[in-house]
Amino acid sequence: MSKTALQFRHNGREVAIFVDGGTNLLVALRELIGDMTPKFGCGQGTCGTCSVLIDGELHLACLTLAETAAGHAVETLDGLKHGPDLHPLQRAFAENFAAQCGYCTPGMLMAAKALLDRNPSPTRADVVEAISGNICRCTGYEPIINAVLDAASGGRARA
Amino acid sequence: MPVTVRTFATYSEAAAVLSSDRAARYLGGGTLVMRALNEGDISISTVVRASDHILKRIEATGPRVTIGAGVTFAQILSHRDLAFLHAAARSIGGPAVRNMGTVGGNLFAPNPYGDFTVALLALDATVAAQGGLGARDMPIEEFLQSRERQAGQLVLSISCQRPASPDAFRYRKVTRIRPKGGSVITIAAHLPMSGGRVVGARIALGSMAATQIRAKAAERALEGRPLDASTIAAAAAAAVEGASPANNALGSSWYRREIVGVHLRRLLSGQE
Repeated sequence: MSKTALQFRHNGREVAIFVDGGTNLLVALRELIGDMTPKFGCGQGTCGTCSVLIDGELHLACLTLAETAAGHAVETLDGLKHGPDLHPLQRAFAENFAAQCGYCTPGMLMAAKALLDRNPSPTRADVVEAISGNICRCTGYEPIINAVLDAASGGRARA
Repeated sequence: MPVTVRTFATYSEAAAVLSSDRAARYLGGGTLVMRALNEGDISISTVVRASDHILKRIEATGPRVTIGAGVTFAQILSHRDLAFLHAAARSIGGPAVRNMGTVGGNLFAPNPYGDFTVALLALDATVAAQGGLGARDMPIEEFLQSRERQAGQLVLSISCQRPASPDAFRYRKVTRIRPKGGSVITIAAHLPMSGGRVVGARIALGSMAATQIRAKAAERALEGRPLDASTIAAAAAAAVEGASPANNALGSSWYRREIVGVHLRRLLSGQE
């Protein structure tokens, strides 16, 4: 079976890889590009921990055929930080104890980024809806919701 | 196991491959087919795609609405003229699934999925599909009854009549968790009124049989009657007739039988 050449933007950088037919974007990112920030959880689209942005829209990498990303811009959690500086969402997650085991965190952060990029001042209900496709089994969601609200207001919401 | 991916510029080329190759499956948003591949489904050896913009088209200006099979739920939610379908679209998945999942794919989604199709069934939608013998239009009910045999067809679009008023079309997905959860029961009701009476009632149910079904006994109980308490009670009592509910982790078959009438009564009487 022949491989397919595939080129797309990964966190602002052009990448080119060869994929087997049917390879999903999560496998391409983790195994071929070496970006381990999107996680494999369920492989069914239930848990959300593989969430990435494609052209700014939230997608599940495990259910995305890798070659459909050709020519598009894929953003993962790895693209959020700038050198040693955390993204405001990452800082808010740390300050609000929004990560416990941390497995859902990459997906939560990308879902939160997708929300804030469109709606910089969301309501609590907006946040709940935005992360509704992401399962967390540790925190009970409250610290995550608070962290996203905090990041949205630059820390003013719960100061 | 690697599969062959074939991408075509036109839907007719994609349909030709689908109809001639049993092991070919059309890839829409990926929420069904990629999941199957991830699970190692060896019945799929070829994945077919079409980049044809016709599959993405929405015509919603007139009284009849046509939605391309490749239109996502997020696109429906961002379309003002499709407000009557927003509740059903919003009930699907989380934001990522709504950005990916398509109207056409939803027709093939097994229990406990396929909620949007429940809404389309209550709206007496028509499915336009291209098979080996050419294009044809099929009532959605007929399509669903023969769903197993439809995989060799490429669904092009789904069309339906716009409800006369927002109140004439109602939708409810009963879940255990909010805002997102799998369907315990999904109900859609189309209640066209004429002279204070229901004419042409349609009640569609999800998770109450192997595919989405119409509650025909409940429809008969509503037909030609004013939507008052006694009519609603009669429809609610008849809701379970002809159903063979799903028995899964979200709810037992017994539980679904018990509650379908309760939720239909609430939906018809406009209660939360």
